[in-house]
Amino acid sequence: MTAQTAQPPTEPAPPSSGVLEAHDIVKELGHGAGKVRALKGVNLSLNPGELTLLMGPSGSGKTTLLSILGCILTPTEGTLFVAGQSTEGLNPEQLAALRRRHVGFIFQAYNLFPTLTAEENVRVALDVRHQRGSEAVVRAQRALQQVGLRHKLKSYPANMSGGEQQRVAVARALVGAPSVILADEPTAALDSENGLAVMQLLSEIAKDKSRAVLAVTHDPRTIPFANRVLRIEDGLIVGEERHAEGVETVHELARNRKRKANA
Amino acid sequence: MTFTLAFRNLFYDRIRLVVTLVGILFSIVLVAVQLGLYLGARTMIISMIDRADGDLWVMAYGTKNFEEAQPIAARERFAALSTPGVAKAIPLVTAFTDWRKPTGGSTLVVVIGAEAEDGGLRPWNVIEGDVSGLGARDAVMIDKTYLAELGVKGIGDTAQVGASRVRIAGLTEGIRSFTVTPYVFTTLNRARSLVDMPADKITYVLVKLAPGADPETVRTEISHKLPDSEVLTRAEFRQRSLNHWLFATGAGVALIGGAVLGLVVGTVIVAQTLYSSTKDHLNEFATLRALGSSGGYIHKVILAQAGLSAVLGYVLGMTIALTIVYLSEHTALPIVMTPALAALLLALTVAMCAISALSAIGKVMRIDPAMVFNR
Repeated sequence: MTAQTAQPPTEPAPPSSGVLEAHDIVKELGHGAGKVRALKGVNLSLNPGELTLLMGPSGSGKTTLLSILGCILTPTEGTLFVAGQSTEGLNPEQLAALRRRHVGFIFQAYNLFPTLTAEENVRVALDVRHQRGSEAVVRAQRALQQVGLRHKLKSYPANMSGGEQQRVAVARALVGAPSVILADEPTAALDSENGLAVMQLLSEIAKDKSRAVLAVTHDPRTIPFANRVLRIEDGLIVGEERHAEGVETVHELARNRKRKANA
Repeated sequence: MTFTLAFRNLFYDRIRLVVTLVGILFSIVLVAVQLGLYLGARTMIISMIDRADGDLWVMAYGTKNFEEAQPIAARERFAALSTPGVAKAIPLVTAFTDWRKPTGGSTLVVVIGAEAEDGGLRPWNVIEGDVSGLGARDAVMIDKTYLAELGVKGIGDTAQVGASRVRIAGLTEGIRSFTVTPYVFTTLNRARSLVDMPADKITYVLVKLAPGADPETVRTEISHKLPDSEVLTRAEFRQRSLNHWLFATGAGVALIGGAVLGLVVGTVIVAQTLYSSTKDHLNEFATLRALGSSGGYIHKVILAQAGLSAVLGYVLGMTIALTIVYLSEHTALPIVMTPALAALLLALTVAMCAISALSAIGKVMRIDPAMVFNR
């Protein structure tokens, strides 16, 4: 539930019942004289039913932390629990299996396969989970319906707007029913209207009590959609704000802004 | 989805696909032509030995191949015939001589003489005339492939061989010599006359074994009786001829070398194009990895891409190769395509593409999935 700010490494933490827990995460990048300590002991916990924003300036360690939380990078020190399972000592294939089971990704540049249709792009996420056949097609279509793209099943990314492509990416992240969705600058490549739509979508998704959503961003327009905001600087979490009571109001605010823009 | 991804990756960049297919196609055609020539040469080298009705061959010591044999004494036939286990001993004459064209000029030919009634070595694939016609005065049979080279047009035409006149009494189809020297079939005595061989000489004795006779025992017996001659089984003589023409002369090595070169060039082209295609799709592979795909899943995509390239390249390459085979059918050096060679080419193509995929797989497995965040 909480992120501890700038504290020294402590005793190894016990496995948590939280969706994702990071304890004393340190990450060193590079070698020799070029070695950089990108994360200096990060502690955070992501709880289901919450949309958390991770904000900070360039070079603060946001993306490195996201990579570690998504089991793409391994920490130099510290422990990470995903759905209660420690990642310590896991090899790349085991980490991939953990991602498959519990993590969904949304990327800044969408990272859709240009040669596949929207439905096929979503189905890839099921295919890597060995879920195939007509059931996979139905699930992919349902996920696209959930993000409002039922009419774009057979469209290729090149024939979709940036907002639509990002919504396909959201559907792809959702379709495997992960415990955690990690979004890297999900609105950075979008105009304000599409950015707003994607944030609305993420906040809706975060209401699911079986799932936590973490979005890395430097876009202040996204703040009203968050349940909480973590601030990271120089590889350390330096602040946390909670907007628990404000979320509904924020949604209304967003709707009002959209209405204004349309008018 | 692995197949769909591979298929779409392959067809997404049409120019690269064309380059890949041209590489495979070039390789298949080169290998098919080289190995087809090798098979064709092999067939030509051993065709006379396989067609002759002899389980054992008695010949002068050191004979290297069917065409280049020294004469032996004709009486050796009777020594062979008197050996237990021998059913028949058939004399055969072969020798190089000059064929003087009616239109002027001359060319080298191999005269083959045998008595038709002996059944030793008669012309086959006769398309005009009849083998029995060889009994007629001056009669010879040639293959229609060599009509132009021999300066004749067909049955009834005459030419001069040595000091004698010959008349075309029949034509065969597909009896060609590896040395591109035309074969001229005639009777035993006329052959002797044409090549100026004494009446007490022959070139080979074809030994037909009696049913149940042990070839090794008979061979040993004949060898004891004829210490100045060599006795080989059909398989040994076939192998000796092949060794001489294909390996001692270097012709076979050149053909096999060409085939290997074709494979190497094909592998390099396919590897290069697959590698660069994979490099272009690296972000997609990193995305797959980030989505949690296993290494095996990514291997499957790349191998499916290589397999698809192999099948497409094979179909196109074989179409061209078969066209070349068809066009070469009536030439002096026909290219042979057999089901076994076609299957071998498919296996080689798939292996070539699979090997080519290794570099691409290596590249993908070294990528950092974190690159998906840096795009």
